[in-house]
Amino acid sequence: MSFASKSPWLIHYDGSSCNGCDIEVLACLTPVYDVERFGVINTGNPKHADIFLITGGINKQNEEVVKQIYDQMPSPKVVVAVGACACNGGIFKECYNIMGGVDKVLPVDIYVSGCAARPEAIIDGVVKAVALLDEKSKSISQGR
Amino acid sequence: MIKIVSTVLYLVFAPVFGGLLAGVDRKITARMQGRKGPPILQPFYDIFKLFSKEAIVVDHLQNLFVIGYLVFIIFTGCLFFYGGDLLLAFFAITLAEIFLIMCASSANSAYSSMGSQRELLQMMAYEPMILIVAIGFYIATGSFSVGEIITSQTSAIATTPGIFLGYLYILTIKFRKSPFDLSTSHHAHQEMVKGLTVELSGRTLGITELAHWYENTFLIGIIAIFIINATWWSWIVALAVCALAYFMEILIDNTYARVKWKVLLNSSWIVAFGLGILNLLALYYIK
Repeated sequence: MSFASKSPWLIHYDGSSCNGCDIEVLACLTPVYDVERFGVINTGNPKHADIFLITGGINKQNEEVVKQIYDQMPSPKVVVAVGACACNGGIFKECYNIMGGVDKVLPVDIYVSGCAARPEAIIDGVVKAVALLDEKSKSISQGR
Repeated sequence: MIKIVSTVLYLVFAPVFGGLLAGVDRKITARMQGRKGPPILQPFYDIFKLFSKEAIVVDHLQNLFVIGYLVFIIFTGCLFFYGGDLLLAFFAITLAEIFLIMCASSANSAYSSMGSQRELLQMMAYEPMILIVAIGFYIATGSFSVGEIITSQTSAIATTPGIFLGYLYILTIKFRKSPFDLSTSHHAHQEMVKGLTVELSGRTLGITELAHWYENTFLIGIIAIFIINATWWSWIVALAVCALAYFMEILIDNTYARVKWKVLLNSSWIVAFGLGILNLLALYYIK
């Protein structure tokens, strides 16, 4: 039996977001939405995290940072792109410094749309990520 | 015979008890903050997940230190529940802490080494009181042996109320609760991320968590032996006092912000000398 889905710890990274999505991510932790009831903890530490939540697009400056965080996370891990900018660059897509969505540099598993993404949508994305986490940990244990 | 049974019970059920305690703690904390909170079994889900995850090890010495931490915590608890020497148990738990600090400082990471330095400071803050507790038990009951302390005619607390309060004070440091959770905390996302345990992942983090559950069971046991005496009903009173003490810890955790290290050190030494030493002097005077 896999326990990965019962205890998804996440790390939230703010790319070049306008902070709209960041505020909504933090809103998920408040008493109104309380994602901790699903065992979700916002760790802020890649080594403890299972889910990588990214808001905002990727630019030349944070490209390395995002890759670094991803590499430091122990597998199984899932990447969730939150908001329009993280999905494909959003309104900043054509900017000279923006490379585009998170999927330009990392293998994104779940896309959460919205500008800003609503807390309900983020929770839905996390729940989908959790199901994927289970699948991944199963395939890892079978691969052994 | 009963000594061996209680030791085996500790070995098997201390993680269960510690995990449930952590679960209840998180639930009550959530309710105090107006949230629904995770299920009571959440700490078990967490630890099973940690053991099934990949462990990224920065320095292979870490594994050795983490296992040393677990082994000496278990040794401490076994000694205590076997009814052995309290002083030796306190020395063993100090050694276990040293293992954890060495584990954190071996990682060569900024947050981790800051965590280990703060942990040393915390040890400096609580060690005097821990020693006073052991001496207090000796003077009050005439023995360092836990087996003899719990079968004495009067409860130790009758003559050591100051030492009891002092112990409760440093317990906040030992349980890693706010306002004294300087080195690491149960609440995620801190000023130093996770401090001591920041570089631990997967199985190694799981082992520290397990050791912490064993440690908590032992620490609560110390509260109990302040109360327990030769009568059977003292065990029930002890259980109630332990539950109340832990509830107060949760309440303080949720109502106080983290203090700076100077406040921690000064206040715990003032408590140790004000309550602990005065109580010891009074004990000498009475006896």
